This record gives sequence, C-alpha cells and structure tokens, in this order.
Amino acid sequence: MPEGYVPLFIFLAVAILFPVVALILAKYIRPDVPSRVKLEAYECGIQTASDSRARYTVRFYIIAILFVIFDVEAIFLLPWAVRYQVLGWFGVAEVAVFLVVLAVGYVWAYKKGALEWI
Amino acid sequence: MNGVPLSWYLVLSAILFSLGVAGFLFRRNIITIFMSIELMLNAVNLTFIAFSYDLRQVNGHIFTFFVMVVAAAEAAVGLAIILTVYKNRGTLNADDVNSLRF
Amino acid sequence: MTPFYTATDHLVLLPAIMLAFFGCAILLLDHWAPDIMALFRAANPKDRKWLLPVFVLPGIAFTAYTLWRQQSYLAASGATDIQAFQGSLVIDGFSLFFNWIFLIASLIVAIVSYRYLDIEGEHHGEYYGLILLANSGMFFLAAGSDLVTLFIGLELMALCFYVMVGFLRGDRRSNEAAMKYLILGAFSSGFLLYGFSILYGIGGSTKLAAISEAMAARELDDPVLWLALITTAVGLLFKISAAPFHMWAPDAYEGAPTTVTAYLSVASKAASFAFLLRIFLGPFAASREVWEPILAAIAVLTMTVGNFAAISQTNVKRLLAYSSISHAGYMLLGLVAGNETGLQGISVYILVYTFMNLGAFLVIVALRRGNLIGDEIEDLAGLMRRSPGMAMLMLVFLVSLAGIPPTAGFLGKFYIFLALIETGHYVLAVIATLYVAVAIYYYFRMVRTMFLDPSAEQEPLAGSFGLRLAGVSAGVLTLAIGDYPEPFLRLAQTSILR
Repeated sequence: MPEGYVPLFIFLAVAILFPVVALILAKYIRPDVPSRVKLEAYECGIQTASDSRARYTVRFYIIAILFVIFDVEAIFLLPWAVRYQVLGWFGVAEVAVFLVVLAVGYVWAYKKGALEWI
Repeated sequence: MNGVPLSWYLVLSAILFSLGVAGFLFRRNIITIFMSIELMLNAVNLTFIAFSYDLRQVNGHIFTFFVMVVAAAEAAVGLAIILTVYKNRGTLNADDVNSLRF
Repeated sequence: MTPFYTATDHLVLLPAIMLAFFGCAILLLDHWAPDIMALFRAANPKDRKWLLPVFVLPGIAFTAYTLWRQQSYLAASGATDIQAFQGSLVIDGFSLFFNWIFLIASLIVAIVSYRYLDIEGEHHGEYYGLILLANSGMFFLAAGSDLVTLFIGLELMALCFYVMVGFLRGDRRSNEAAMKYLILGAFSSGFLLYGFSILYGIGGSTKLAAISEAMAARELDDPVLWLALITTAVGLLFKISAAPFHMWAPDAYEGAPTTVTAYLSVASKAASFAFLLRIFLGPFAASREVWEPILAAIAVLTMTVGNFAAISQTNVKRLLAYSSISHAGYMLLGLVAGNETGLQGISVYILVYTFMNLGAFLVIVALRRGNLIGDEIEDLAGLMRRSPGMAMLMLVFLVSLAGIPPTAGFLGKFYIFLALIETGHYVLAVIATLYVAVAIYYYFRMVRTMFLDPSAEQEPLAGSFGLRLAGVSAGVLTLAIGDYPEPFLRLAQTSILR
C-alpha cells in the first residue's frame, strides 16, 4: 500500500461523509412546511420567466471554440518560460514566430466576424 | 518517490482508455462520442506522464502538451462540424445522420 | 552544447516553412482581396480567382525549389540520409520521393479546383490555404523520424482534411461526411497515440531510431510489445483505410466535394502509407515475424471488401472509394513481401496510383455543372459522343486502375506480384491476381456506360483550361509510366527506406 496516498484517502472519506451526514441531520432537525410559492424554482428572487433550456445563439459556441483554441495554445509558452535562461534569444525568436502564427489565426477569426456580437 | 509503482498508472490509463473506447462504441449522441474520444486521449496523456516520470525525462511531458493542443484543435473543428450538421438536420443522434448509405 | 537551429535544420525544414507561409498568407490576404483589387481598378474586385496564380502556384513553386535544393544537397553529400533537429526530421530518398508526390497532387488539385469552387459557390481563399497547410502536414509525415513530428504532421494533415471534406456548409452530404471522417479519424488517432505512448515507454525516447533498438531487444512474445504493435497498427490501418477499419472512406469520399475527394484519395493515402512504412520498417522491423501473417490477412480482407463492395455501387465516387480501398490492399502486400522488390513496388504503385486516381476524379469533376452533381454512373452515359477527349482520358485511367498492360497500373501490380513470388507467398499472389479480374468487371461497367449507353444530354463537357491541362498531363504520365518505366523505376529504387 503506497503510504503517500493515505492523506488523500482520509480527505476523500471526509469529503464524502460531510455532506451526507449534514443532509441527513438537516432533514430531521429542520421544520418542513411546503407551500406553492416556496416550491417554485429560485432565480435570484425574481419570478421565473421561461424554461431554462432555451436555445442559445450560435455565437456562444463560436466564442467558446475560439477560447478553447487560444487558451490551450498558451500551453507552449510554459516550456519556454521554464528554460528561458538556456534558450536565450533563440527562444525569444521561436516564441515570436509561434505568436505570429497564432496572431494570423486571430486576425483571420476577427476579420471573419467571429468575434462580433451580432 | 511516494512508492506508487509505474504499473498502477499504466493499469489506470488502460482502464480509462478502454472506457473511452466503450463509450465511443456504445453511445449514440455525437457529443458523448466526442467526450469518449477525449477520454481516450487523456488516458494516453496519463501513460506518457507515467513513463516520463519513471524515466526521469521531459519528452513525455512535451508530447502530452502536443496531445492536449491537438485534442483542443480537434474538439474545435469537431464542434464546428457538429454545429453545421445540427443546423442542417436538427438532430445529434449518430443513427439519424445516415444519408450516405449504399 | 549543440546549437538549436543549424543551417542543415533550416534546409530540411524549408519546404514546410514555405507551405505554411503561403498557406497563412492566403488566409490573411483573402479578406483584403477585394480592397487590393479595387486599388488596381479591377473590373470585378470581388473576384478571387487571382489568388491561385498569385499565391498557390508560387507557393508550390518555391516548395518545389526547396525540395530540389534538398535533393541536390543529399546527392552532393553522398550520404543516404541527412538528419536534422537532433534526429527529429530526416531527408532521404524516401522523404523526397513522397514529398514530390504530395506536391504534384496539391498542384493538380489546386488548378482543377479553380472552376469547381465557382460552380459550388464556395469561397476560394480558405480552400487553397487548407490545401497548402495539409501539404505541410504531409511533409512531416514523410520526413519525420520522431513520434512527435509524425503525430503533429498527421494531425495537421487530418484537421485540414476534416474541414475540406465539410467545405460545402449547406450540403447535408458534405457535413455528414465530415462528421463521420472526423469522429473515426479522431478515434483512430486515439489508438495510434496509445500505441505511441507504449512505444515511448519501451524505447525511453521519442526518436524512432532509439525505439527500433529497444524493440529489437525485446522478446517476440512480450505482451507489452504486442500491445504497442496492435494499437499502433490499428491506428495506422485506419488511416490507410485497410479492411476492418475502412468504414469512413466510402462516406467521406462520397460526401466530400469531388476535388477534395481526389486530394483525399491520393495525397492523404500516400502520406498515410509513408507514415505506415516509417513505423513498420523502423520500430516494428525486428518483430516482422509477428505482424507479417496478420498484415497478409488484413491485405487479403481489404482486397476482398474493396473489390466486392465496389461491384454493387451506383455512385462513381463511392465506387472509386471502394476501389481505392482495394488498392491499399495491394500496397500492403508489397509490405508483406518486404524485400527490395516489394518496397520498390509500393513506391511505384503509389506513384502510378497518384496519377490514375487523380485523373479519374478529374473527369468526375468535369461532369459537375449547374444542378448536376455528376457522380452517378448514369451521368457518364454517352460521354464518348458528348466529349470524346474526356471519354478517352477516362478510358486510360480506368484501364490503368484495373491494371491492364500498356498502362501504368499494370506496372504497379506487376512489381507487387513479382515481390510476392520472390518471397514465396504464392497463395497471396494467386488471390491478388484473381481480384484483378473482379476489378476489371466493375471498371468496365463504367467504360460500357461511357461508350455504349445513350445519354440524355448532348452538350459537351465544359472543362476549364486547368482541368484539361491536368487531365491530359495525368493521362500522358499514366501511359508514359506504363510504356517507358525505366526512369520511374529508378526513381522508385532511390525511395526505398533502408
């Protein structure tokens, strides 16, 4: 049995036990007087307007897609940052090339109107 | 080293990979199929990291970066294609997307 | 400490830099194209046709120049290969041979697409950009000798193809083809990567050379070796559309725009084969005993599925998809034989296949006009009377695809058969020969429709100048390779991976 994992198992056990115990305990302690208004879905205190599964505009997806791409590409800056001293100007040049390629993608998306909001 | 042997990681990643394959084969929703593929790729990442840690190298880490980025690019292209399929057909069930059959 | 970026590195990387540079330039300038044209007071500033001569052709020309420089550098050095980036990339006869094929395929597809994109009402800029970027991915597949570069090349190529297959956004078939191709392609990449991760664990390095040594040191019944072999092989066989893993090919080929189908069937297949050969003749070379019978079975299954499924097709693109599956089976047989003749045979086969298959698809592209997609076999009816030139070209390509003597297709098959007999695989040679007869049946069904059936339309085909030029060049080359094989055989001889 690897000892390094013992704290993790303890943490896991506490994390599972705590909400279970709290919920069961609360069920027996709290007063339970339901009414129609109380059972309504809670939406910042305002009356619910419509079903939550409304259709979103496709813009959300496009921006999400672009975000995923540019967010993950930033991962390549990490190895460069770690070995910055060793790589020197060569590293700077490499990263500049990398960022230019990213910028090409960005400009393309921008000019295509993918970042415009309607 | 905390004593967790290499084989544990490999078994875990093999299980994850098999789950991904099973999800790919038995699920019918295209988005779920896509998530199964991501699970497979993450299992691969785990294998790379485990070997890389065991070998005291960074090659595996770097490979993992590339896998992650490619997975993101694949997801982006995939979602874009899925959106057009949905726009043209109004369904995301793999069995209903079947106009190409002999 | 070794410098990070030497002159050799630069020379080796140049073709990819050129392709990527011109690809990105097209993507960027496409948007400003109307403004630039307005500056020159063009009659129709929205017209983007000039992107092809101004960017794509120079891009391909510069890449060809860099490849030629690599070739002369390699010849001058007298070595069999030149390593770059600490062995991540390599130029040898193999990589140069395949890179020339990719470049020629890109060139032909680009000049053919000129008119086709107008008919489909699609945008020019991104399409050309994707062709060049896909080609840069293929460069890494042929020249990579490291798991990372090979993987990046594969994905760069595949991602471009996913988008190109789904390029007709409003077309249901195109969308569906792209989706199926993407999902199955990503799935196979997952398998391939799992195999790669095990190979990395075995070799302790991502370099193919180091992995080859470590694999050779393993026992043949080692389960880890088997796991790496099987998962990697499944991924690779998916990519070349070998039999149990071929499901994506007919759908992707049928749904994609025809020019993309032509590119996909030729360049992507050649690149995937280059990749497969790098792995099977590199890290897997020592375990040949294990995979040879499996690969032989897969090759036979591939030819069976490809040939018999092709018989019942009514759609030309789908038929050619199944026929290209069966061609992959023949090429695999060259690897099963595995001697010098076999490997030379694969190179010859791929070279020949490039021209004849591209040519056959070009004729289908020419049939596309107005509302007629032109990819059903009936659309070929009476082609002889409508456009005798196109019909004769199609005849050459179909005869070559079937593998009948005066054409190039025969040469490719001949070398594969010869290699099989030399290595004593008589049964495989007999099966492969029998399947030629099946292939003749379905190719000649198309020929019969072209020459004998009456057509509803009388109008001749309106092929653009580029299309006719490409079609005639492919036809001439198909005949030339068949009749004067000497220079092409010598070329294939240099491409053998040692």
